[in-house]
Amino acid sequence: MLSVRNLHVKVGGREILKGVDLEVAAGEVCAIMGPNGSGKSTLAQVLAGQETYEVTAGEVLYEGQNLLELNPEQRAREGVFLAFQYPVEIPGIGTAYFLRAALNAIRKHRGLDELDAMDFLPLIREKLKLLEMDDALLSRAINEGFSGGEKKRTEILQLAVLEPRLAILDETDSGLDIDALKIVAGGVNALRDPERAIIIVTHYQRLLSYIVPDTVHVLVAGRIVASGGRELALELEEKGYGWVETEPESAVPAPA
Amino acid sequence: MSVVAQAQESHLETFARFEEGAAGSDLGWLRSIRRSAMARFSELGFPTTHDEDWRFTNVAPIAETPFGLARVGGVEFTSRELDRLRVPGFASIRLVFVNGRYEPKLSRLGPLPAGVKVGSLAHELAADPGSLDEHLARYADYRNDAFSALNTAFIEDGALVRIPSRTVLEEPIYLLHISAPGTGPTVTHPRNLIVAGDETQATVVEDYVSLDGEVHFSNVVTEVVVGENSVLGHYRIERESGQAFHVSTLRVEQGRASAVASHSLLLGGALVRNNVHPVLAGEGSDCLINGLFMGAGQQHLDNYMKVEHASPHCTSRQFYNGILDGRSRGVFHGRIVVHKDAQKTDAKQTNRNLLLSEGAQIDTKPQLEIHADDVKCTHGATIGQVDEDAIFYLRSRGISEASARDLLLEAFAGESLEKMKEEPVRRHLEGLVRQWLRRETVLEGAR
Ligand SMILES: Nc1ncnc2c1ncn2[C@@H]1O[C@H](COP(=O)(O)OP(=O)(O)OP(=O)(O)O)[C@@H](O)[C@H]1O
Ligand SMILES: [Mg+2]
Repeated sequence: MLSVRNLHVKVGGREILKGVDLEVAAGEVCAIMGPNGSGKSTLAQVLAGQETYEVTAGEVLYEGQNLLELNPEQRAREGVFLAFQYPVEIPGIGTAYFLRAALNAIRKHRGLDELDAMDFLPLIREKLKLLEMDDALLSRAINEGFSGGEKKRTEILQLAVLEPRLAILDETDSGLDIDALKIVAGGVNALRDPERAIIIVTHYQRLLSYIVPDTVHVLVAGRIVASGGRELALELEEKGYGWVETEPESAVPAPA
Repeated sequence: MSVVAQAQESHLETFARFEEGAAGSDLGWLRSIRRSAMARFSELGFPTTHDEDWRFTNVAPIAETPFGLARVGGVEFTSRELDRLRVPGFASIRLVFVNGRYEPKLSRLGPLPAGVKVGSLAHELAADPGSLDEHLARYADYRNDAFSALNTAFIEDGALVRIPSRTVLEEPIYLLHISAPGTGPTVTHPRNLIVAGDETQATVVEDYVSLDGEVHFSNVVTEVVVGENSVLGHYRIERESGQAFHVSTLRVEQGRASAVASHSLLLGGALVRNNVHPVLAGEGSDCLINGLFMGAGQQHLDNYMKVEHASPHCTSRQFYNGILDGRSRGVFHGRIVVHKDAQKTDAKQTNRNLLLSEGAQIDTKPQLEIHADDVKCTHGATIGQVDEDAIFYLRSRGISEASARDLLLEAFAGESLEKMKEEPVRRHLEGLVRQWLRRETVLEGAR
């Protein structure tokens, strides 16, 4: 579904990604782990179309098309979704209105009828229930004054509403208490589907005990230095990132 | 003689002719007010940017233009044309002025509660002037402000609203001022007087539009007297053509425990000055001064607030939001004056601005003059661009870039609009703002 090949990305004149290769298949749950500042969010944002990052080399194919040629909204409509590490507060725009506008933009692109407020309500209610969230959130402005945990949950709510084909979750687990983490994991697991790929970007292995990945990749200093199955995450947890950083040769080879 | 002196001279000559035939020319008190105002105008002349209150606004285009009084009569409207110009929804009380002159045929006055008087000032000056001199020209400061002086010299027509004590006016009073330019530059001096007794409630909407054509200048003064424990809402909508100069002064005198809300929406005009000057004269009174100004092209939109706390325990809140595009320039000058005895004053001022282009500019200046010691005064101003992170966030959800920008700007404008409680006005203004954002012309034109 997604092929990232030799991706080089610069921010503010500095090279952050230095040749990333990554294959993610439909139905796969893939974890990308790595220390602070290794470039995980940069990769996630580039995939979503953030224009402040400059792609200097490489290519990204998404379902056979050149993803880098599409603008952010086109990507979203084609089924790419990024749950932000730092969701943006937008005063003055109601969450329900926003979610419906987003869903309709995507539905329209897929040739489906747009939903009016009446049709939308039962749908959003069901998703709120899945994530054990309160209706009151709908009338609040997007992320405005939300706690860290509420913001992360709202990202997953959006994921559940928009039902993308490729979901990238950037540190959705950080800042969540264990109860919230379980709820969020439940929401994500409910979306596991043979037609859908999920990339989980995380620092810690904690979330991965609830959302068990098929593959794990380790990003250090802008390069994937190790790839493997879920056992790699456990090994990292035990030995720390120092292990792969110092012994790149011994790292498990990337699966074919 | 300089251009300015010549133009000033032309106002004097116009005055001499005007004074003889004007409504109420036989009233001694009015004659003396007009004359002293004209004399004051001659002494003051138009302000320059050396004047602290006009630092950010150069009125040379007004000062240098030899305006003639706008032609009265001869401009016909069909009801269809009128419907296109007016804000819909004000079915029952609507006063229409064309070039400053009341048009009874286009207006509707009723039904009104007993004792309420709504009509033309000129008509009242001719028919029943007895009660006017108590309030007319007693509040707007024509001794120090050249534009008020000029307006006062030319006092003749405008809206007169009188609400007797203990009367609630459910329907808003809608005043539509239409400028129909002539062959040369023309000026009108609309003068509105609103006197609300004790324990009253009313809403007045002033709407200024113009037909396309030559340069014209609307020099407006509105005096509002609000009695004790009364509630009054005032709206000013400025959407004249790109050829318009517009200077308006809203002077409000507030009685004890009264609550006034002033709302302004500035969209039109080439050079606009919006003066809002409430005096919280009675103890425990409260005022909200809310506004939104949106400029594009070469527009210059200046908001000058002077909020005077003259009694203890009064509250004032100023909220002005500006959106500026193109090479437009905005000004927000917010003065708060707290008199010596006005203890327990609670005054707050917020001005937020969005600049949409490199060429757009805003000058924002708070000015606190506090002569009491037990007061709470705060002010804050922000100047920024549209939040690009928010744009990306919205786009990453499938919303187009253009819609994302519109949504953010609508939300920003919405901060001002949501404070406007009069439903049909707010709804219409939301529509005007949306049109503005989509850059269709919201200015009236082309008949
Ligand atoms: N907009 C930017 N401008 C300048 N430098 C940036 C920008 N965004 C990221 N960086 C830098 O790029 C590097 C990688 O950042 P990135 O956010 O991708 O790391 P990360 O792996 O997600 O880290 P974390 O675990 O802290 O979220 C960091 O050194 C960061 O300071
Ligand atoms: Mg990150």
